[in-house]
Amino acid sequence: MAKNGLTLAKNLLLIGGSAGSLEVILQFLPFIQLGPDLAIVMVLHRKAGDDSPLVELLTFRTHTPVKEAEEKEPVNGGVIYVAPADYHLLVERNLTFSLDFSEKVNYSRPSIDLTFQTAAEAPFTKLTCLLLSGANEDGSAGVEAVKLAGGTFAVQDPSTAEVFFMPQKAINRVKPDFLLKPKDMSDFINSLNS
Amino acid sequence: MDISAIHDEDVEILLNDVFELYGYDFTEYSKASIKRRINRLFTLDKFPSFAELRYKVINDPNYLKRFIEEITVNVTEMFRDPSFYRVLREEVLPALGTYPFIRIWHAGCSTGEEVYSMAILLKEANLYHKSLLYATDINPSVVEKARNGIFPMGMMKQYSENYIASGGKKDFSSYYSANYDLAKFDESLKQKMIFATHNLVSDSSFNEFQLIICRNVLIYFDRNLQTTVFDLFNESLENLGFLALGSKESIRFSPIAKNFKQIQREKIWRKTV
Ligand SMILES: C[S@@+](CC[C@H](N)C(=O)[O-])C[C@H]1O[C@@H](n2cnc3c(N)ncnc32)[C@H](O)[C@@H]1O
Repeated sequence: MAKNGLTLAKNLLLIGGSAGSLEVILQFLPFIQLGPDLAIVMVLHRKAGDDSPLVELLTFRTHTPVKEAEEKEPVNGGVIYVAPADYHLLVERNLTFSLDFSEKVNYSRPSIDLTFQTAAEAPFTKLTCLLLSGANEDGSAGVEAVKLAGGTFAVQDPSTAEVFFMPQKAINRVKPDFLLKPKDMSDFINSLNS
Repeated sequence: MDISAIHDEDVEILLNDVFELYGYDFTEYSKASIKRRINRLFTLDKFPSFAELRYKVINDPNYLKRFIEEITVNVTEMFRDPSFYRVLREEVLPALGTYPFIRIWHAGCSTGEEVYSMAILLKEANLYHKSLLYATDINPSVVEKARNGIFPMGMMKQYSENYIASGGKKDFSSYYSANYDLAKFDESLKQKMIFATHNLVSDSSFNEFQLIICRNVLIYFDRNLQTTVFDLFNESLENLGFLALGSKESIRFSPIAKNFKQIQREKIWRKTV
């Protein structure tokens, strides 16, 4: 056990979203509880430079620790990590984060695909991804990687999304395991603790 | 589960080949990024199998150039993080101005956008005439581009906004001449620039500097390699010199941290012993 009482996450929930996703997250966040084995990594598209407001905004809605993922930091259970603006966030096999300032992917940095794809290759016991509202194609390839690696694919029901494009694109490519409305997401996430 | 075309074991084999045959050591780079770059190269150059990629790397020394170019990430911008440049202007340059000569090292300068940004700051602070800017990178082809100082015209609008946000007062377009879709930066900005290839992993210190700028390079290195490179920087920095890193990098985890004091909330530290 590390000094701060946290241990490496065994299970990971990846959340990806773009336009219209923040509202959904703010809605379910107050109701979720993370056990010591589960970590959440959020990759949300936003403008460069406004990263800390997002962490603050989320912190305000939950008792679970929320922080920006830092390079070489271990992926600990019980924590919600947020990808920093204007860097790609990669999950290493040894369950640490690394950052990458390479070309945008799907016009995005951070790219949901990149985080999902690298996390898919890391040795989590249980890997789940949740793709939310968005006007971008990012996420589809990532979801596919998660499925290939034996993970679970949950997606916001496009009919409830402010922008249906992103979830719909992913659904067209990969059959989802769970189609969720925003009001059902907290129960779904809490169930990942067991 | 390893779902990539080029697996972890392949990456390891290839990096060992490159090290043993050519002396470039990428074995202590962060794994996920380098694996992605190798997979990208594999796809770009349409290799039918890992064995063929390996064969090419081993038997065609000319291909090594391409390998280095594609494995390294060379994305960069002018006046990226304007608040960083503002602190350079307001805190660092006034301190450097008290020296008779100012030696600055841009380590991992990529195509040079940062170096030209720095040159503009020095001009505006009236310090350029007594400065020398050493700009180095592992990748020879970006060093060549940096030497040319020609950047895409399409970026100028954003660079100009960054420049103004960093405290720039001039008309940014006065620093370059536009030629179709290219912006050629003023020759006078280049006078005090020295370009060279330098590998932070294997090459040693080559001078003493008052300011070392190494941004978004260390994120690609393991903690161990970061520590080695911090030692190199410490060795190459005069007492009271400054070390500037990328906005997500820190000396916090390195043994040299105790000799440095952070400037405001920027990723700039001053050497105190
Ligand atoms: C993402 S770019 C950063 C460019 C610029 N400093 C910036 O922040 O905008 C990283 C640069 O580090 C260089 N690099 C990688 N490994 C290096 C090494 N071992 N020695 C020197 N430069 C290296 C790459 O070639 C690339 O140009």
